[in-house]
Amino acid sequence: MVKTELINELKLSIPSYSVNEGAARAMVSAFIASLNPTVDELSDIRCAVSEAVTNAIVHGYRNTIGTIFLTVRLYSDRTVKIEIKDKGCGIPNVEEALQPLFTTDPAGERSGMGFTVMENFTDAVSVKSAVGKGTKVTMKKKLSKLPQTR
Amino acid sequence: MLFSDYNVNVTFSDGVLTAYIKGEVDHHNAVAARRRIDRELEEKRPRELILDLGGVNFMDSSGLGLILGRYNKATELGIAFAVCNPTPATMKIISLAGGERIINIISGEVK
Repeated sequence: MVKTELINELKLSIPSYSVNEGAARAMVSAFIASLNPTVDELSDIRCAVSEAVTNAIVHGYRNTIGTIFLTVRLYSDRTVKIEIKDKGCGIPNVEEALQPLFTTDPAGERSGMGFTVMENFTDAVSVKSAVGKGTKVTMKKKLSKLPQTR
Repeated sequence: MLFSDYNVNVTFSDGVLTAYIKGEVDHHNAVAARRRIDRELEEKRPRELILDLGGVNFMDSSGLGLILGRYNKATELGIAFAVCNPTPATMKIISLAGGERIINIISGEVK
């Protein structure tokens, strides 16, 4: 039985400017490229990252600017673990927030689908939050095996 | 006539306003796209609005919010609404929200 090891790690922090949504996607894409994800896997991860970062910007740091901490860990079994953390306002009721179409910003044309996308595009999502302290979203996705070339 | 602004190109002919959205549609980019399209809707008062998503190479749920918001706006103004030419990745997001049950989606371009 081969033990799963951490083979690479990216840690970065960015201010919660909305322009950094694209930057975060690009940085995570570039970092996981070394595992040769499929086009679909890359597309799913980019989207999930975009959702979590956008939540931190739109909700966590609503009406203010704060720092978003992004960690990406690559494991030897081809699992990608992504953590997106903010020190913003926190979520009073996480279970409620996870419901599809639930949004605390209906006027802003928010679809309320952010967590639903994250849950569907990754293998597992966990959310830890405390009001007034911040929120940490962790997502895991195991990439498919590389095709054997003969 | 062709008008260009940021990542939205607009054509208007025979009462049909077509907005060609290009690039990545996220929360940040949706703001300018929304302003542009809504301004055209108010000025031109077309009988139909079509969002051509052929050039969209990324869309998250914020982009979906843009589409649903334009659908609501068009409906409010009595304007017919359709989305055309979505990529498979874009359709994935739309389907996740059950969007195809609400919105008229045309595969391929509308000439």
